Amino acid sequence: MVKADVQLDAKGLSCPMPIVKTKKAMSNLVDGQILEIQSTDKGSKADLPAWSESVGHQYIGVTEEDGVLFHYIRKCSNDTVVEKTYEPTISIEQIEERAKNGGLILDVREEAEYAFGHINGAKSIPMGDLDEHLDELDKDQEIYVVCRTGKRSDLAAQKLAKAGFTKVYNVLPGMTNWQGDLTKTI
Amino acid sequence: MTIEKWPASKIARKVIENQKLFILDVRNHDAFEDWKIEGHQFEYLNIPYFELLDGIEEILPKIPTDQDVLVVCAKEGSSKMVAEMLSDAGRDVAYLEGGMKSWSMHLEPIKVGDLTDGGEIYQFVRLGKGCLSYMVISGDEAAVIDAVRFKDVFLEFAKEKNVTIKHVFDTHLHADHISGGRQIAAATGASYYLSPKDAEEAVFDYTALEDGLTVQVGTSKIEVGALYSPGHTIGSTSFVIDNKYLLTGDILFIDSIGRPDLAGLAEDWVGDLRETLYRRYRELAEDLIVLPAHFMIIDELNEDGTVAKRLGDLFAENHGLNIKDEAEFRSVVTENLPPQPNAYQQIRQVNMGKITPDQDEQTEMEIGPNRCAVR
Repeated sequence: MVKADVQLDAKGLSCPMPIVKTKKAMSNLVDGQILEIQSTDKGSKADLPAWSESVGHQYIGVTEEDGVLFHYIRKCSNDTVVEKTYEPTISIEQIEERAKNGGLILDVREEAEYAFGHINGAKSIPMGDLDEHLDELDKDQEIYVVCRTGKRSDLAAQKLAKAGFTKVYNVLPGMTNWQGDLTKTI
Repeated sequence: MTIEKWPASKIARKVIENQKLFILDVRNHDAFEDWKIEGHQFEYLNIPYFELLDGIEEILPKIPTDQDVLVVCAKEGSSKMVAEMLSDAGRDVAYLEGGMKSWSMHLEPIKVGDLTDGGEIYQFVRLGKGCLSYMVISGDEAAVIDAVRFKDVFLEFAKEKNVTIKHVFDTHLHADHISGGRQIAAATGASYYLSPKDAEEAVFDYTALEDGLTVQVGTSKIEVGALYSPGHTIGSTSFVIDNKYLLTGDILFIDSIGRPDLAGLAEDWVGDLRETLYRRYRELAEDLIVLPAHFMIIDELNEDGTVAKRLGDLFAENHGLNIKDEAEFRSVVTENLPPQPNAYQQIRQVNMGKITPDQDEQTEMEIGPNRCAVR
């Protein structure tokens, strides 16, 4: 199962109700949380991504099991522009090669985002869980911190620096610009 | 203000009678771009319903008050919601009963003309999908050609006309829509004819449709004659009816010609298509009225809603019949083809009897525009 913060049961409902309910449920989420929408309406496959795009939320993906569609949407509100302050940075084109030479790609997006597509070999620790998992990381290894747009990875890189990691790079711009293959775990 | 629920048949009349209509299509942009209700005098506004959840005030100025307004969505629910919002804002509106799903399924029977001794030929126009089916009536008998999957429409029409369906033909194994031929034959005891060349993988019994086969409908001996005319598929067969009409299937349309690639064999069949269009059809009488199995654009409809044109006129006007150079013809029909119809491979499987999806799945497969031609 893909991890979500809140589940919405919209099974048996037909258009427009899945979207009406999703809109309402999203308004109760905080930024960055993930909503799982369970729907049996095939139209939701086209409409939920289109709706998400129109309001600026991140549509992560959909799986299907026994005729039920499971959609995942991450709440985004773009009203706060966060300055990316961490140095050094590295471009996403470079990290695959660097990782082959011993570096670690650390993916700090949510588990659901990681599950729907990540760079092969990347390690998943969501930003919010980073503090509890620091012991899994090696201070002597180069670490390339990646998220979707470079915002969460900036914060994660700062955290790592504070914890005494010195070989940390923030990957810019992030997975939105990744052109290579994606590995899925769904 | 008032809200009305309009059935697809009402919109079909508006298309055929060239009336004005303002359509507010609330499906998402991709769906609208791909496929919409086409009318000569229709105007459109496409705003997805999910952008209107907070209110319709912003779009009110764009909605006219001096003509009919129809809200359309995929199945009905969203258009009804938006229609109610418009009504609350003081507008008179209608929404499409059953949405684009029902539009895709609607058939409009139109008489094409009279045949010898009181016979008649009808064209069933499926406006939402561009499919054309036919019924030839003579005495107390009927023949059906290229029936779409809504068999009851044909059975009821035959009942109304007091005729028994004796023969059911498909001009070829269709790839863009599900044939109703077999079901009609099963329900009436009629023979179902299909070209063995198209039916190699078919898992049902049928009567072989061979070049030169003729059947007679009714006592007045109206003849339906088969003419082997490959190119869209290897088994494509045309029919000459009462020496007056030429049913071309998906080989020749009013404003375009058939595409040879839907069974994945464009290169192999392009020679057959050339032979059919530039030799076999040339040998026919130019006064035959061409009745194709599809239309692609609304401009192909005549004033009475039929899709029909004299063969001689098509020789003069149809671009696909006027490409002198064979190499150029080859490139026109094999390169830069439009996208293939939705689920066309699955549809072929259904028409071969290999899979039997339920009604909802069949509807899903047939969603979207028809794309059987090259222009």
